[in-house]
Amino acid sequence: MYDFNYHRPASATDAAAARKAAADGVYLAGGMTLLPTLKQRLARNSDVVDLAAAGLAGIGRDGGTITIGAMSTHDSVATSSEVQSAIPALAALAGGIGDPQVRNRGTIGGSIANADPAADYPAAVLGLNATVHTDRRDIKAGDFFTGMFETALDDGELITKVTFPVPAAAAYAKFANLASRYAIVGVMAAKTGDGIRVAVTGAAGNAFRATAMEQALAGDFSAAALDGISVDADYNSDIHASAEYRRHLVGVMAKRAVGEIA
Amino acid sequence: MNANTTTTSGIGGSVRRREDSRFLQGRGRYTDDINIAGQAYAVFVRSPHAHARINGIDTAAATAAEGVVAVFTAEHTKDIGGVPTGWQVHSKDGEPMAEPKHPVLAEGMARHVGDPVAMVIAATRRQARDAAELVAVDYDPQPAVVDMKAALAADSTKVHADLPGNLCYDWELGDKAAVDEAFAGAAHVTKLDLVNNRLIPNAVEPRCAIGDFDSVSGEHTLYTTSQNPHVIRLLMGAFVLSIPEHKLRVVAPDVGGGFGSKIFHYAEEALVTWAAAQVKKPVKWTAERSESFMSDAHGRDHVTHAELALDADGKFLALRCSTLANMGAYLSTFAPCIPTYLHGTLLAGQYVTPAIYCEVKAVFTNTVPVDAYRGAGRPEATFILERIVDQAAAETGVDPAELRRRNLIKPEQFPYQTPVALQYDTGNYEATLDQALKAADYAGFESRRKQSAAAGKLRGVGLSCYIEACGIAPSNVVGSLGARAGLYEAATIRVNPTGSVVVLTGSHAHGQGHETTFAQVVSDMLGIDYDAVEIVHGDTAKVPFGMGTYGSRSIAVGGAAIAKAVDKIIAKGKKIAAHLLEAGEGDIVFENGAFKVAGTDREKSFGDIALTAYVPHQYPLESLEPGLEETAFYDPANFTYPAGTYVCEVEVDPDTGRVTVASFHASDDFGNLINPMIVEGQVHGGLAQGIGQALLENCVYDADGQLLSGSYMDYCMPRADDLPSFQVDTTVTACTHNPLGVKGCGEAGAIGAPPALINAVVNALNGGGHPIAHLDMPATPQKVWAAMQSN
Repeated sequence: MYDFNYHRPASATDAAAARKAAADGVYLAGGMTLLPTLKQRLARNSDVVDLAAAGLAGIGRDGGTITIGAMSTHDSVATSSEVQSAIPALAALAGGIGDPQVRNRGTIGGSIANADPAADYPAAVLGLNATVHTDRRDIKAGDFFTGMFETALDDGELITKVTFPVPAAAAYAKFANLASRYAIVGVMAAKTGDGIRVAVTGAAGNAFRATAMEQALAGDFSAAALDGISVDADYNSDIHASAEYRRHLVGVMAKRAVGEIA
Repeated sequence: MNANTTTTSGIGGSVRRREDSRFLQGRGRYTDDINIAGQAYAVFVRSPHAHARINGIDTAAATAAEGVVAVFTAEHTKDIGGVPTGWQVHSKDGEPMAEPKHPVLAEGMARHVGDPVAMVIAATRRQARDAAELVAVDYDPQPAVVDMKAALAADSTKVHADLPGNLCYDWELGDKAAVDEAFAGAAHVTKLDLVNNRLIPNAVEPRCAIGDFDSVSGEHTLYTTSQNPHVIRLLMGAFVLSIPEHKLRVVAPDVGGGFGSKIFHYAEEALVTWAAAQVKKPVKWTAERSESFMSDAHGRDHVTHAELALDADGKFLALRCSTLANMGAYLSTFAPCIPTYLHGTLLAGQYVTPAIYCEVKAVFTNTVPVDAYRGAGRPEATFILERIVDQAAAETGVDPAELRRRNLIKPEQFPYQTPVALQYDTGNYEATLDQALKAADYAGFESRRKQSAAAGKLRGVGLSCYIEACGIAPSNVVGSLGARAGLYEAATIRVNPTGSVVVLTGSHAHGQGHETTFAQVVSDMLGIDYDAVEIVHGDTAKVPFGMGTYGSRSIAVGGAAIAKAVDKIIAKGKKIAAHLLEAGEGDIVFENGAFKVAGTDREKSFGDIALTAYVPHQYPLESLEPGLEETAFYDPANFTYPAGTYVCEVEVDPDTGRVTVASFHASDDFGNLINPMIVEGQVHGGLAQGIGQALLENCVYDADGQLLSGSYMDYCMPRADDLPSFQVDTTVTACTHNPLGVKGCGEAGAIGAPPALINAVVNALNGGGHPIAHLDMPATPQKVWAAMQSN
């Protein structure tokens, strides 16, 4: 780890100001990716702006919307009675991220800002038609993930919260990398106010919607409706899973998610 | 032996491990816990290239950086000896193996990713790291060779310039003509191509070394994460640094797991020892985890073609195997003997196979050196044998258990001379087979298969009947086979004046529980309180000598040395007792901790004898020295041969290819058990590693020699939820040639588990309509799924 200036602002406004004033600043949320990167000297930032005291944690329900503060840990989402009752699939997804240490440090804001192609949360944000709220604007889920580790966030833009409309039903099925326990393929299927949504993470550079599946499910919401549907995407390929295997797993995980609901 | 087995702390008692309270409370004293006043910190600059010429190294900026004490490159270390090899193998043609120099710092050429190129020493670790980034190495990358078959090609890139074809040796064992003849007359021949996947050891504690030099006494001290400090002292002192033993102390304190990777002498140990004298400061180096991945010796990495000949009754006639064994870029300490004398010699397994022929080509590649890893050669042999036997059963339509049973060596055939040099002293293989099949309800598998099928899963059952050879010995035989060291063990029993006992053992514990097991042996033999026995190991300044711990040798060789030394204590005690009791020495018996005149009630306690030995007022000083301390060196007459049967059931998810271990039963014969609980723990650990190899772990290089599985994100270590709840039991045939009748249990699980797993996976796929003959390890979801698609 190289030297950096450490900031621990008491509000989102102060955090943005500290970040803006820095030559090459970076926000620190849970640090589950950033800290190993800094420790391995793969990144060298002039300033680290720790969001731990910025008042961005907290989970609430307002009618048909679940609001999750950006600094809410995975564990807090997994164990939130409001999330569990309103969107059990989201609680289950959060409870399946990493291991207990990761779940007690890692945050939803950090996860989606990092936009790891194998992270779980992007499937939830996209599949549940969430809105990402920043200190500057609101970003629809469909506009947020733009590439591998790429998002719509501008430089210094800070996620403050994520709002999830409560779906009629949703389920998340994940096939984990046995080593890292990230998703090789994760599929969130949901019946939302915006229609049927099927969102895939892990398989390609960023999370995407499997529109062919959504259309098939709109007519017949059953696992059988997905038979024979092969989702085209620019699939990742690595030592754990070929593109062909990932394509296959998208079908398997989608059926499992749908089967859980139907 | 005074087998006082009724007390729970004696031989046979499941005593809780006394070392665990410090380990579990974080109070162990590992090498990295040691800090010497004024110490500086070393960081190594390592090659990012698998193969690169080093045109030059500019150390000016690093040397000038804040806190830097010194920067060393090959220019400074070229007069230091290379890292030595402890075993010389000869090829078929009688020529000795190729043994290219393994410099402590790369000399003009880096040969694998992680090859150390420069050593930076600074006042703090951080300063050393900062300065290491300022070392400018002018690399000229060369084509790398990773694949063994490609490396053997005449036009291959040469890992070592003077070695065309990258061949280290081309070795053979067995009677080729007899094997060929048997194959010619065989009713059935089964053929199989197998890969034994490369593993990265991943001990929890990364390697660490601290060099210290006392300029007044001229004594060097090395604190290091080693399984055998005396061997390090010998190799490093004699071959690398030219330091005589009396000026070199090696300390291996608590060590957090080794699995073989800490047997070997590594360049970093020599460099910190050497540098401490150069810079006149203690020098400490601690590996980071990513450094461990690219600098700890790896394990396995064999590619084999095997053929088994059977007669019409399913009796094995002959076996032949041709193996390529990856040595990596340099020869690690014991690398040459692993694919040869610890592999070819095990190919008889538990079976009467009259003729066996094995040939092994050892190959250099631009990868991390490969050496012994838990099991070391024996898992590779067992995997070949237990896979091809299973495939032969499938091809001939005989139940795998039945085919094995027909070929087992029978109890009345011991001692049994195999056609591959070893002579097994004892065993009852049918007993472990029967016990395992019964305990695992092998007969009831079909109903469980149907249950799994009803739940959409493919269930398979797999067997493995393994043989293991522990406590490699005797020294004169291994010497004739190329070992450059003896393979005995030493022990000193120091009885204190008030009767407590200190045991100085040349074995080394790095998780095995020796402090408990050895104390049980001594307290049992001497009839004294278990808590009155202290076990000391891991310091060449305390322990007279030792060959250390590897190859499951500690109880069979180290424990036997302890027992021999205890016998000497008792013999001397009898002399003292005879004097005190005014009896003839021949009339004294030692029972339950007391020296007695046979047939009378006159006796002296062990404590009385100890005190008399050190306060020799009433003592035969004219004929007997005072004091009560004895040393024994024990050189075994033979290996010990643990054996067992493992039965494993797996479920395969046909949609994803994911394999889960449904059940695992292990029946082992380890001879007499000192502490059954510790033995069971050793089996659990071995099984976890065996299952890890079979299902999860895989070291992957790309074609350019970059390590793709260089962190836990990509190298999959087995975790608790990957494992079933193991069922473990034992049978006993006591070893015939050591005083405790013990065999060794540390590696069995890692040896026997992999073929049981793969046999079960293959069985599951065949039963599920996917006829396949073999699946290479690890049976990852992707690999299993792909096998199902193409079959």
